Amino acid sequence: MSLLEVENLSVKFKTNDGIVSAVNDVSFSMDAGKTLAIVGESGSGKSQTAFSILGLLAPNGLSTGSVKFDGQEILNAPLKELNKVRAEEIAIVFQDPMTSLNPYMRVSEQMAEVLIHHQGISKAEAFNQSVAMLDAVKIPDAKRRARLYPHEFSGGMRQRVMIAMSLLCRPKLLIADEPTTALDVTVQAQIMDLFSDIQKEFGMGVILITHDLGVVAGFCEDVLVLYGGRVMEQGPVDPVFENPSHPYTQGLLRAIPRIDQKSDVLDTIPGTPPNMLLPPKGCPFVARCKHADDICGDQLPDLCELTAGRLRACHQPMEKLV
Amino acid sequence: MTAPLLKVEDLRVTFRLKSEGDMPWTKPKRLHAVGGVNFELKQGETLGIVGESGCGKSTLARALIRMVQAQGSVVWMGQEELLGLSKRQMMKYRSEIQMVFQDPLASLNPRKTVGEIIAEPLRTHNPSLSKKEIVAEVKAMMEKVSLLPNQINRYPHEFSGGQCQRIGIARALIVRPKMIICDEPVSALDVSIQAQVINLLMDLQKEMGLSLVFIAHDLSVVKHISNRVMVLYLGKVMEIADRDDLYDNPRHPYTQALISAVPIPEPKIERNKETILLEGDLPSPLAPPSGCVFRTRCPKATDLCAQEIPSLEQGTEGSSHKVACHFSD
Repeated sequence: MSLLEVENLSVKFKTNDGIVSAVNDVSFSMDAGKTLAIVGESGSGKSQTAFSILGLLAPNGLSTGSVKFDGQEILNAPLKELNKVRAEEIAIVFQDPMTSLNPYMRVSEQMAEVLIHHQGISKAEAFNQSVAMLDAVKIPDAKRRARLYPHEFSGGMRQRVMIAMSLLCRPKLLIADEPTTALDVTVQAQIMDLFSDIQKEFGMGVILITHDLGVVAGFCEDVLVLYGGRVMEQGPVDPVFENPSHPYTQGLLRAIPRIDQKSDVLDTIPGTPPNMLLPPKGCPFVARCKHADDICGDQLPDLCELTAGRLRACHQPMEKLV
Repeated sequence: MTAPLLKVEDLRVTFRLKSEGDMPWTKPKRLHAVGGVNFELKQGETLGIVGESGCGKSTLARALIRMVQAQGSVVWMGQEELLGLSKRQMMKYRSEIQMVFQDPLASLNPRKTVGEIIAEPLRTHNPSLSKKEIVAEVKAMMEKVSLLPNQINRYPHEFSGGQCQRIGIARALIVRPKMIICDEPVSALDVSIQAQVINLLMDLQKEMGLSLVFIAHDLSVVKHISNRVMVLYLGKVMEIADRDDLYDNPRHPYTQALISAVPIPEPKIERNKETILLEGDLPSPLAPPSGCVFRTRCPKATDLCAQEIPSLEQGTEGSSHKVACHFSD
């Protein structure tokens, strides 16, 4: 049985301008100990997918569908049940390490709070475990640093604190929402290195939400490409990067300047992402796709199997997409 | 030989910091954001400036157009020293040097229409133009950056991030500058939009013969757009070289680490490539290390690095590849 099973997940937000459908009919499953990347541009629904799994949507958000963790339905579960799942089973690391730590509390206090709340252990014991975890994420001089406040840490160190905090209850699944976007490349390399170390050590599953395809290539086994709140393509990282089966994935891979290659002109994807207040009737990518024809504007493509383990949502046959 | 468009010598920017609780007679701390930078910019050339946050790249850009006070020398076209000029004298050069900012929406006045925003530099620098002429110019410029001229009366919030950056570029280009300073112009944009803006900048550069100073932390983007690249660390130049020289044959340990840390979107290469992991974080610029500023994180550092500041030197005579390291490869 898979660790996480998401079926027909949809997220809608009521706003003053109308209903925004941020995530539409997203389904995927993930086995224990695996690494999955959710890739997409801003507004593609990647963060909202993660937030809805943990019941962290904004008050005006509504999620429908089904999310099963270890066989147990957790989507829109009562708070009491959700709180058990949070931290103990599924933990999350947020994008901005500056704003996701409490500036008024010492690092040790906010870490111990997690343990005291979830495991009911004593303050002293919680402190010791927090220090051990800070040590595990390679914060030098952890015992002294644990007593500092978040502002006394650098960005990379704060992200390490966030990661340590998420690992405290030994979760089976860690969701990392753009964990390195706010960091410099050399620090990003340190943090991604740390992620793969702890992933092996703790044997947990990781969902990495990111827009950086380079990071995905280095860290993940499977990838889910979202656009306009829908899954465009899904499969193991190697074949998807080598031979992308969706025009959007192809365009995305060609639009990135690469440090190991020389290029004169970058391929671009023309236009801009769709307005999710008025999503297009057919494929969400239709307005920017160079292969689109009449059917693409009329009908939503189904997510079909391409080869074993690979899915794509496109009306056009693979041969046409070269 | 014609003089370079811009010749910068020993440019220094120092901030005085007063912290809370200081007594009136306490001497303010000094923060050397940019510490003695030298470079030249030729006509039509793109100089990329890379470095991590806090390395002084934005401050350097701001110093060039006198948005912050700086010491040293910035010579424009071999004639005029820009740093000594009064505000009024500087006006003449402001239309020659324009700037594109990082945050596309925040750098546009939300209460002005796109037409007013783009026209503002023109009205300032060419007050003799009639209203009709200004509108015609603005519309032509909007077309050039692929905005629809009929959107001239809209407000910035009605545009997407990529379009706002196009507005910012149009505003910079309307006075026909010779040089544009781009401070992280694409880092707030999504990949697919980023490529559009980069291509636009490169096309316009060719068409109008612009020189660009292109500041970014994304080394792949800088590689794509630049002719020459300068690597900054804690306000000091670590290495400067022609693009291909720098990326194919980086000689400073910091440049080597930076380049190796950039992820490559190809799983087989990315998993097997060797990354030089730097220890620790950027030291506080208030208390920079003695000697070479990079030595605290450098895998090659020795006692010599703590004692002596390495000068920026050419590898071979007449080469444009310069490195500031005692042990450069």
